[in-house]
Amino acid sequence: MIKPIQVDILIIGAGPAGLAAALSAKRSGITNLIVLEREDQPGGILQQCIHTGFGLHRFQTELTGPEYAQRDIMAAKELNIDIRTGVTVLEVSVDKMVTAISRENGIQVFSAKAVILAMGCRERPRGALAIPGTRCAGIFSAGTAQKFVNIEGYMPGNRIVILGSGDIGLIMARRMTLQGAQVLACVELMPYSSGLNRNIVQCLEDYDIPLYLSHTVIDIKGKDRLTGVTIAQVDEQRQVMPETAFDIDCDTLLLSVGLIPENELSIGAGVELSATTSGPIVDNTLQTNIEGIFACGNVLHVHDLVDFVSNESQLAGEAAARYVQGMQKTGERLTVTDGQGVRGCVPQTIILEENVESQPLDIMFRPDRVYQNQYVTVRADDVVLSSQRKFILTPGEMAVITLSKGMLEQCRGKKSITLEISPDKKS
Amino acid sequence: MYDIVIIGAGVIGCAVAARVAEYTSNFAVIDRAQDISAGASKANSGIVHAGYDAEPGSEKARLNVKGAKMYPALCEKLGVPYGNPGALVLAFSEEERKSVERLEQQSKLNDVPGCRVIERDEALRMEPRLNPEVLCALYVPASGLVSPYELTFAFADSAAENGADFILNTNVEKLSHNGEYWVVSTNKGTYEAKAVINCSGIGGGVLHNMISDRKVQITARRGQYYLLDHMQVPEFNMTIFQVPTPMGKGVLVSPTTHGNILLGPTAEDIDDGFDTMTTRDGLSDIMIKARKTWPGCSLRNVITTFSGVRAHEKGGDFVIGAVEGAPEGAFEAIGIESPGLSAAPAIGEELGDWVAYYLNLPKRGDYRAPTPLPKPFNRMSMSEREAAYMENPEYGKIVCRCEQVTEAEIRFSIRRPVGAKSVDGVKHRTRAGMGRCQGGFCSTRVMQILQEELHQDLLDITKMGGDSRILTGKLKQEDQQDD
Repeated sequence: MIKPIQVDILIIGAGPAGLAAALSAKRSGITNLIVLEREDQPGGILQQCIHTGFGLHRFQTELTGPEYAQRDIMAAKELNIDIRTGVTVLEVSVDKMVTAISRENGIQVFSAKAVILAMGCRERPRGALAIPGTRCAGIFSAGTAQKFVNIEGYMPGNRIVILGSGDIGLIMARRMTLQGAQVLACVELMPYSSGLNRNIVQCLEDYDIPLYLSHTVIDIKGKDRLTGVTIAQVDEQRQVMPETAFDIDCDTLLLSVGLIPENELSIGAGVELSATTSGPIVDNTLQTNIEGIFACGNVLHVHDLVDFVSNESQLAGEAAARYVQGMQKTGERLTVTDGQGVRGCVPQTIILEENVESQPLDIMFRPDRVYQNQYVTVRADDVVLSSQRKFILTPGEMAVITLSKGMLEQCRGKKSITLEISPDKKS
Repeated sequence: MYDIVIIGAGVIGCAVAARVAEYTSNFAVIDRAQDISAGASKANSGIVHAGYDAEPGSEKARLNVKGAKMYPALCEKLGVPYGNPGALVLAFSEEERKSVERLEQQSKLNDVPGCRVIERDEALRMEPRLNPEVLCALYVPASGLVSPYELTFAFADSAAENGADFILNTNVEKLSHNGEYWVVSTNKGTYEAKAVINCSGIGGGVLHNMISDRKVQITARRGQYYLLDHMQVPEFNMTIFQVPTPMGKGVLVSPTTHGNILLGPTAEDIDDGFDTMTTRDGLSDIMIKARKTWPGCSLRNVITTFSGVRAHEKGGDFVIGAVEGAPEGAFEAIGIESPGLSAAPAIGEELGDWVAYYLNLPKRGDYRAPTPLPKPFNRMSMSEREAAYMENPEYGKIVCRCEQVTEAEIRFSIRRPVGAKSVDGVKHRTRAGMGRCQGGFCSTRVMQILQEELHQDLLDITKMGGDSRILTGKLKQEDQQDD
């Protein structure tokens, strides 16, 4: 039997979420803290995102991915935070025993008072879309292609079609163009892009790359290597309109068709997941249904901006520290539910502490489609707390509604909070 | 000159090779693909059928039942994943009930143990996710599961360790007898042999007809599949069939030996036997039929789709033995469609023995029995993992996070007697890249390990041989400086 290593807080993942959580836990007074990272260096997926655009909110300056990561890595170094790389966690148990393996130390078991899940997310592969056709070489998820180009220094192809208009796909459209490849089309199933608007402009429009909305890839051709794809328009029910089909000759298809929180370890620990976000169901301290297990960043719900990942993870670090110090929040609980047009509210539960003044609280969600000039209404049971007009709401950008101290005070004694989108102001 | 040349390195060719190796080391297996198990052997349902389905008295029935009985001990010996969860054949109408009752009678004629008709409630107790409209079912306790390509790799390794040459990437263009011996002409040169065995699946008919005046007619019948992710609690424990049709056993819902769920296959006769594409119509057809078995089935957990092409002979039975109407020394196992995988161990043994008898080869004194494959890391207990790590620290490095495949296992898969030469070769031997991210995270590392082990340029690493290169060039130097 391997003797467990005792630790106050164990953080799984040293990407932006794990690093920010570690920094804030340490600053909250936790000294016995370990971060486990499966890759050989900390920083997570930021290390391959060599474009700029990171840090505008958090550092008020435009950084590349590695630069953004480096700030947190340096800060962690200064605070002597124990980050162990090349360590893969195999199992997390409900009593917070964490089993990991590494080339250096073999199997190690950690017995943690609190665990912060910060494993990030993964890309949906071709298989998940069940695109018919051959199974040739030349089909990559956009992030894999990004790693080949930015980390390994290799080109995954020359004539490229991108399916899906997620941010990584858009970034790769520009990156491949700058490397001399021809990006022939970006194809999006939905009538709107799922990427940030600034990326549509800076990565497609600036390079005259056509964006086909309400289109999809319906066939993949090529015996050994991809030789072409067939594209067709879809109707409002997203059904393919075969008469609109056309072919594009290409040697590469990049997929940017969505990200999925990576929660295999969470499930093993008995953490309950939301069917909408695919991440853990958490309260406003980012604690899951398992006491002492917290979650933050893209493992909780997929973010658009790393700045928001860091902010969220800082809260998780503080909350885990308070939990270890025996100062966790207790009090009445309200559930947060998705109303008309709203999907995936996080947190799903709000704890209102007795005799403690509530702090302003952000609720994040995505609209189920594009809305313009509509109102987001927050109700506590039947009482309207706020009804704010939003110029634009799109699934490609996470929406945030802040509940003020005053609004939270009005929630006392209530059962649930509902967010909904409507054309009219509610009162 | 070889004693024997086996044409085709699928599960049949490799099963025969593993048996032939008990008699001679002077033989070769030739295949057109870059890797073994590249055709129907890697893309089928992975079911060890009990044998109730085949027509009594047919080769299919006899070899299926015999092969199925060999499976448990064989897989134990080779270290290949095998399971025996049983199966149900569902009836949704009184007419289908008659079919199920007929299958039960047939199971007795074929000597399949334990089959019985069960009523709706018992079926639903066994598999709660079944369509509650089911009327009754044939319960087949002897139905099993195997990982078909892992079995093929294990057969091949056993043959290669005993001296077999695996001549891959090589297309047999002509087969002829010069009066003394057989001449196997390929795109890479000619090979001579005292005996030849045609196990070439979809190409088997062409070779047969080249040397025999009794013609066969092989049709290429494509089967498409959906593969679903493995869940904490598997949706189904048993293989669930619907009542068979003249085109085959219909769409099944089945667990795999690795806990995934498989839906399929379709049955489409096609012209090009190497056309393994999937189609929109085929995939939607599977989903409609699978929902009859499993109304709760959804696309949400699909991780991939694939298809394989089986070789259907017009007569409807396996064609096995000495090639009729051909010069002496030619043998074959063709038209091996379902239940070919179930029958493979029996076909391998019988055909191997038969050819050895023809050549008057005694059993070798220096034959080395196969050593079982090492247990995969993801099936080890923690203490077994620790022990594996102490032996080889490369077990400490997880490369494929979805399926928990270690660097040690990936290197081993390349160093095996018939080792992986491509990303798909590693995938099929180790499961690296077979999980829910489909290689998104691990493919770069797998390629680097292939590069190191095979001493190849990274640009020459392929997905599955041929022109399936994954990368097209290096980044331009000046751009690297800009970055």
